[in-house]
Amino acid sequence: MARFDNLLEASGGTPLVGLPRLSPSPQVRLWAKLEDRNPTGSVKDRAALFMVRAAEESGALRTGDTILEPTSGNTGIALAMVAKVRGYRLVCVMPENVSGERIQLLRMYGAEIIFSPAQGGSNAAVAMARQIAVEHPDWVLLYQYGNEANARAHYETTGPELLRDLPTLTHFVAGLGTTGTLMGTGRYLREKNPQVQIIAAEPRYGELVYGLRNIDEGYVPELYDASVLNRRFSVGTRDAVLRTRQLVEVEGLFAGFSTGAVAHAALAVAHEAHKAGQRADVAFLAADGGWKYLSTGAYGGTLAEAETALEGQLWA
Amino acid sequence: MAIDVRIPTILRQYTGGAKSVPGTGDTIADLLADLDTRHPGLRGRLITESGDLHRFVNVYVNDEDVRFLGALDAKLNDGDSVTILPAVAGGAPAVTPGGTGR
Repeated sequence: MARFDNLLEASGGTPLVGLPRLSPSPQVRLWAKLEDRNPTGSVKDRAALFMVRAAEESGALRTGDTILEPTSGNTGIALAMVAKVRGYRLVCVMPENVSGERIQLLRMYGAEIIFSPAQGGSNAAVAMARQIAVEHPDWVLLYQYGNEANARAHYETTGPELLRDLPTLTHFVAGLGTTGTLMGTGRYLREKNPQVQIIAAEPRYGELVYGLRNIDEGYVPELYDASVLNRRFSVGTRDAVLRTRQLVEVEGLFAGFSTGAVAHAALAVAHEAHKAGQRADVAFLAADGGWKYLSTGAYGGTLAEAETALEGQLWA
Repeated sequence: MAIDVRIPTILRQYTGGAKSVPGTGDTIADLLADLDTRHPGLRGRLITESGDLHRFVNVYVNDEDVRFLGALDAKLNDGDSVTILPAVAGGAPAVTPGGTGR
């Protein structure tokens, strides 16, 4: 069934596609779950819809209310669409060093943007959003980093979709940001198969993003539960760009740089399984397409040029 | 016989500004003890009083998080690359998150 009553209903149900040329062997197969097929082009539509519905059901959110959210882009774009459809005002707090397309998209949807300093990255955006929430107690801070509905969206949709489409799945790999995707999908898959491997790929940015003054200013999202994960990889900008380009060149898949980072980790575990002579079905989540990152210029030129272009940017 | 250890900006006060320093050890715990002999104070910023890795510090061996490899007991080999990073994506707690208002 591909008919829906409205745009919100069309979120989720994304295709899982095989990547036979990148797969190490017919016994060790790679699969990509294409989240760019959601209404605003990213996995965040799932979380945005679930968080808004939960706030509506609890009575925290009523028509005409203002939603406030710290976001580096995709969650803001998703929330802006949901807010448009459901009749809310949206204020996003976003680091000033995100790509221009994200800002244009948010403004097109009618969202208001408050910029936080580039230094400190998402940390600064979260801190600023919390301060604004104190100043505007009538605004509703959905707070994707600690909102259980974010992880639940994946427990109720992404996880079941994966297992339905690939019952032989052995590994699931996704990016680690709010941790909602991995926590929700991971818990669901582990319940159905205790042997499943849940693997995180965390973007490793340029130094600007880690410009904290001291260690105690660090932060771990409230949703994060390390026991859900089996392994966690840090993927640098160069590897993420290399794999993003490889996905297009080898499989024709045009994805954002965070997907390149995730593919890098997925390829690592796939080749380990191959070397060990094990059968494996490694599914990874492609969080968005590459459209919003074209202005970075990092899809062309040498790897070193791309790395420089992305230096100091939040590319995931 | 050396392991390359990458130091984040906020801890370079202990390494004279160096972005990376060499160290030795069979485990992360050994490596941090070795580093502390030449860079006194560094280990104290990474390890809590109870002897665990600081909650807001992530340590990776060849890009893999050591918390999933035995934490401080994670094994090291000659030529490994160790990266130390602060945990990011958050801020100073000011309000209780998740649907405030009213």
